[in-house]
Amino acid sequence: MTRQNDGTLDRRVVVAELMRDPGDLLVVTGLGAATYDVGATGDRPLNFYLWGAMGGTGMIGLGLALAQPDKHVLVITGDGEQLMGMGALATIAASGAKNISIAVLDNGRFGETGSQFSHTGLGADLAAVAAACGWQTVTTARDMDEVKALAPRLRQESMFAVLRISAEEKPRHLPPRDGAYLTDRFRRALGVAEV
Amino acid sequence: MNNPTWQEGVYAALKAARVTQIGYVPDAGHAHLITAAHADPDMKAVVLTTEEEGIALSAGAWLGGERCAILMQSSGVGNCINMLSLPLNCRMPFLTLVTMRGEWGEFNPWQVPMGAATQPVLTAAGVHVRRADRPEDAAEMVGASAALAFDSQIPVAVLFSQRLIGAKVFVK
Repeated sequence: MTRQNDGTLDRRVVVAELMRDPGDLLVVTGLGAATYDVGATGDRPLNFYLWGAMGGTGMIGLGLALAQPDKHVLVITGDGEQLMGMGALATIAASGAKNISIAVLDNGRFGETGSQFSHTGLGADLAAVAAACGWQTVTTARDMDEVKALAPRLRQESMFAVLRISAEEKPRHLPPRDGAYLTDRFRRALGVAEV
Repeated sequence: MNNPTWQEGVYAALKAARVTQIGYVPDAGHAHLITAAHADPDMKAVVLTTEEEGIALSAGAWLGGERCAILMQSSGVGNCINMLSLPLNCRMPFLTLVTMRGEWGEFNPWQVPMGAATQPVLTAAGVHVRRADRPEDAAEMVGASAALAFDSQIPVAVLFSQRLIGAKVFVK
């Protein structure tokens, strides 16, 4: 099934651009393909992959951003995951945190479960939702020139970006999924582990 | 609710436990804590649209080396269940203070089903539940529960009974 307004960006190429030379960027990924995409760019301790907790990715990013005000948090998730956590767009904007960005890989589909149309595939516009929730910088990228231009801004500004990817399915790349391991190594890499 | 003494003790217990983030969905029984959190320059107070956001907020705080507590009322516990897989899977602490409705002089029948289900639902989801029925116990209960949550890295809920906070009075 294709629709006239389907995106054309290659999700793996997009995420490779977002994750180029990440330095100490703190990255939280939404369950499903966003986790696979980020894992495919190379595993690192400051990547926190979700394999569940659908709808919670942005809020994990907020708690992390508030705790680490001198670092920048990049949340990379899909349209379905963000739709489940839509209230968090209002919560994050209202918090006033400036060191968090969200990049939504939007294919208008629930890719993990059979590619059913999501609400963004049926007309909802998450960028408009974010703007209405109070995000000051909101953008939608449809080609790689736009992605390359916004990638550095996602690490410096508080930005909500929709990236219009194609619905093409990619081979699964499975990063670690033991939550206790992911948590412990993240905290050690940040130097905040208590033991 | 007119005498905030025990709530002051609860806030002091959270501070002593090194809590620096508080997420909340408002409840009259938490009003003092919410006001105190916003007035405290060393506390980050975050208003939530739904209680499950608070579980994710707490997880992010822990990843970043801070401690978070979430304030909600018992009706909000039902909004949290799947998200509780997050602290359990990640062996993270989670601390929530829950004001009870639907159990003591309740006027509003819509509060009763979730009020009755709060403790068994939390227990079924893997949360350790403690309960404060008397004002003189509340602060100590919160302090001990914070130690349990943050030192043993488990999810803990403290229920403030409706008798403790005072039944809401509706007058025509």
